[in-house]
Amino acid sequence: MTTDYAKPLPEMTADNSPFWEGCKRHQLLLQKCSGCGHVRYASLTCPRCWSMDHQWVPSSGRGRVYTWIVVHQRYSKAFEEDLPYNVAIVELDEGPRLLTSLVQIENEAIRPDLQVEVAWDDVTDEITLPKFRPVS
Amino acid sequence: MSLKDKYCIVGAATTRFGRVPGVSPLAFTVEAAQLAIRDAGLDREDVDAVLCKYPPTGFHGLWAHKVSEALGIQPTIAATIDQAGATNLGLVQYAMMAIDAGLISTAVCCYGDNPLSGTPGTYGKALGADAAYGFIGVPSGYAMIAQRHMIEYGTTSVQLGAVAISTRAWASKNPNAHKRDPITIEDHQSSRYVVSPLRLLDCCLVSDGGAAIVVTSADRARHLRKPPVYIMGIGQHHVAWDLPRRPNLTTSGAKVSGQTAFRMAGIGPQDVDVCELYDCFTIVPIITLEDYGFCNKGEGGEFVEDGRTGPDGSLPMNTAGGLLSESGMAGMQLIVEAVRQLRGECGDRQVKNAEIALVSGQGGIMHTHATAILRR
Repeated sequence: MTTDYAKPLPEMTADNSPFWEGCKRHQLLLQKCSGCGHVRYASLTCPRCWSMDHQWVPSSGRGRVYTWIVVHQRYSKAFEEDLPYNVAIVELDEGPRLLTSLVQIENEAIRPDLQVEVAWDDVTDEITLPKFRPVS
Repeated sequence: MSLKDKYCIVGAATTRFGRVPGVSPLAFTVEAAQLAIRDAGLDREDVDAVLCKYPPTGFHGLWAHKVSEALGIQPTIAATIDQAGATNLGLVQYAMMAIDAGLISTAVCCYGDNPLSGTPGTYGKALGADAAYGFIGVPSGYAMIAQRHMIEYGTTSVQLGAVAISTRAWASKNPNAHKRDPITIEDHQSSRYVVSPLRLLDCCLVSDGGAAIVVTSADRARHLRKPPVYIMGIGQHHVAWDLPRRPNLTTSGAKVSGQTAFRMAGIGPQDVDVCELYDCFTIVPIITLEDYGFCNKGEGGEFVEDGRTGPDGSLPMNTAGGLLSESGMAGMQLIVEAVRQLRGECGDRQVKNAEIALVSGQGGIMHTHATAILRR
């Protein structure tokens, strides 16, 4: 944990704060629709039944790599030291996908459908980012 | 009742493209609008709607009103629309609807910006809340889609390169293109990665410039200076889902938008003589060709190989050089090029006997899409 963390932080809103509070507790939370039981990630309405009512439920934290990129271009000074770095979309075992980073793996070793699990990165006292590492 | 063939593009113009220092977004927009209105043989009192896409270098409230003021027009309708790269074709559709409703008679749809010399970095901003992971810059979003297309269908970087080579070959015949030096597949494969799997030559240019068109009724169009270009079909579709929540990354809004436009026009892809497809990144026309039905889903990479879309190919595509080589501006130039092809104004790059042209626009990270089918 650092106090001089220079990278952008997610903006906490009334809609997403339960998710980030879960992350702080190292709990990856998804939204389970109170109307139809469909499980989704960070969406105001249920894509299936349109209900806004939901509960936050824990995810297994396991999934697979759906797609990924390796950023070579220097877009932000904050990420300059990390270049080239990956950004990935992981499909969780429960179905929803989320945007994240893969850690504990070389960029060249990333493969589609690679099995991954959540790896918590406590970047500040308030914010913990869910990243993913290969399942050992 | 169908709007097919009832409305026409009667004026079309571009400013100088490339690095053009010292010209504001407003000045590019106004210059393009004036040129397009004069191209139609009209004057400012003939125009009663000013429709704009705002320039991404900065959000300006009441942008279309600033443009109207600068043009000296007090229009019945002035509106600024935000559909990213699909906006320009959206403006055409809204103009048709407004004329059809009897609200206006003639609309100028205009766009201009100076992201190269005026406000560098416009397209290198954070992609929403996911900047925490370094998800920054427009290429990052499209690279996610390109990678997924490669995973699902085996599309290769060399196939992406075929799009870049084809558009540059066309641009070499266009004196106003930002980049005109022909490139080879070796140039493409040795160009640096911007965001893997996208290389520098997979990414569109960042260019200064403006473009505009004028839309009016077919009845009025027949009495104007240039031969009318009829709007046979037009459609839109917006998948809206952001990337992680989008059920499918490799089928775009082009599918429904294209079906809508083709149905209205009463033709199919086999009837199209020339395509102007939004090519902000090489993967985009590949997916668009698939979604429009020029080939099966997943076969777009194979389809563009071997120069099929180039100057000697069977499906001329992006004949002025597209966003990849003519100008990185967000699509109005594609409509202008389609009009010029159908009028036979294109000189060295003229497609022989071009009767039907297809234009696409899309934007965000493939969040938006619009399609128009035009004929002479």
